[in-house]
Amino acid sequence: MSEVTNLGIAAIRDGVRDGAFSAREVAEGFISAVERARVLNAFVIETPDHALAAADAADAARASGDLKPLSGVPLGIKDLFATKGYQTTAGSHILGGFEPVYESTVSGNLFAAGAGMLGKLNMDEFAMGSSNETSAYGPVLSPWRRNDGGNAALTPGGSSGGSASAVAARLAPGVTGTDTGGSIRQPAAFVGITGIKPTYGRCSRWGMVAFASSLDQAGPMARDVRDCAIMLEAMAGFDAKDSTSLDLPVPNWEAMLNSDIRGKRIGIPKEYRIDGVPEEIDRVWEQGIAWMRDAGAEIVEVSLPHTKYALPTYYIIAPAEASSNLARYDGVRYGRRVAPEGGNLQDMYEATRAAGFGPEVKRRIMIGTYVLSAGFYDAYFNQAQKVRALIARDFERVFEEVDLLLTPTAPSAAFGLGEKSNDPIAMYLNDVFAVPASLAGLPAISVPAGVDHQGLPLGLQLIGRALDEQSVLNAALAFEERAGFTARAEAWW
Amino acid sequence: MQRSTDASAAPMSVDTETVRKIAKLARIAVSDAEAEALAPELNNILGWVEQLQEVDVSGIAPMTAVIPNALRLRDDVVTDGGIRDAVLENAPVAEHGFFAVPKVIE
Repeated sequence: MSEVTNLGIAAIRDGVRDGAFSAREVAEGFISAVERARVLNAFVIETPDHALAAADAADAARASGDLKPLSGVPLGIKDLFATKGYQTTAGSHILGGFEPVYESTVSGNLFAAGAGMLGKLNMDEFAMGSSNETSAYGPVLSPWRRNDGGNAALTPGGSSGGSASAVAARLAPGVTGTDTGGSIRQPAAFVGITGIKPTYGRCSRWGMVAFASSLDQAGPMARDVRDCAIMLEAMAGFDAKDSTSLDLPVPNWEAMLNSDIRGKRIGIPKEYRIDGVPEEIDRVWEQGIAWMRDAGAEIVEVSLPHTKYALPTYYIIAPAEASSNLARYDGVRYGRRVAPEGGNLQDMYEATRAAGFGPEVKRRIMIGTYVLSAGFYDAYFNQAQKVRALIARDFERVFEEVDLLLTPTAPSAAFGLGEKSNDPIAMYLNDVFAVPASLAGLPAISVPAGVDHQGLPLGLQLIGRALDEQSVLNAALAFEERAGFTARAEAWW
Repeated sequence: MQRSTDASAAPMSVDTETVRKIAKLARIAVSDAEAEALAPELNNILGWVEQLQEVDVSGIAPMTAVIPNALRLRDDVVTDGGIRDAVLENAPVAEHGFFAVPKVIE
């Protein structure tokens, strides 16, 4: 039954529970879809054994009346999460062949909730990229193509590019993503799916390969808002092994979903209207505003005055943290080693890291090393941390007046592979709308809003107060009901 | 551009010598050609982030925690350990129960 791949997480969970189909049928359907779509390069490795074992456990649990929240749901796991006994590369050659002896908390939570794993999803190397082109395992192709009759290969966005492509191509009903400066939301927007970055600290970072620890946050990507709520509930939770994990109960986001947002105040930040953004982005934004009004929300223009400094702030803080975090790849404890004949320990470090890291990762480590180096620390890193405080304060002030913010997710639709890969700053600008919420640790979701003149998806972003994922999800649901986004990529693979 | 911080700390243009120095600090071997290529790339990025200097940050403390969260204390007891083989499992080279590296003492 190939149509199981058209089902989302809620439909699969309910169908397995009600006996409409077996979990094994579901797993087999998706495994076969994954195999047929290898040209997309969405997976670094496939793990059908894991998905089938979880499916069989789900079928047995149904027989014994012992179903769990995600029993029968096969998922894709971004290759940033350490998975016990399964290769975990973070998209880098330096971790080629690395098989963790432990399980990340987030993937462990999902598996404990009954989910199985279809495979590990391709991504930009160490999550540093916005197009999946920095992956050591090759770029991921978006299942989408422009409607101009050409076959130009398009990016699914990044860094969670494999995650985005897998959901859009119906290779998995849901996947994990991670978001440091937009890596869940921008790819979700590029492929017409939904993805939420929760409040910083909701999902444990333990076992998630570190990029920029003060920003890194896991979240789900799926076909719709309800599926994201279901997955996020299973992923989130306090973890003593992560010092920044929030010791708070996980809300029942799915049960509390409610698209009645009458009386909510939704802010439209004027600084997000920036030059050079295609008119179509403004058009869907205006449409989104109209939908929110239609849902009974009050629309308020607001100001976040430090918005223009968010991206440069991010490109100091994230590389600085990365240069520190990635110091662990030394060729000693795990990962690849390159030891020049007759060389000493320093030679081994330098050769290992030169061979193991790709150009974008090296660039960011070098920037981070520079801005943290003696004499420049105050001018760059400390200044950036102060501006970051101002950016967070902007949000705090605005959230005294409004409940949510509505903005575009990305400044363009998906672009072609190779179009921006030679200009780092042009690539960085992809995250201009996503980075501010990351710097402030706020929950933010991207929902599909429509398509552009070439038939490519465009997304809008809803940002909420810290810990108020529920309002974000509810408004996103109201949005989804009005957008009625049904466009999907025609299968060509 | 007006600078709000100590002008003596004003970043200079990065030359290939500086690239080599940063690469050394970062323990990444770079060839001469790579250093030549990296210098303008790093300058572009550093020139772009330079705009932060125009922000008035007087009286603002640098952010330390994005979501207020107190560091927890736990009982001072052993909670882990005795897993030497698991720790060494992914080592490129392990000998006699230790990580092995090129000789560092003659």
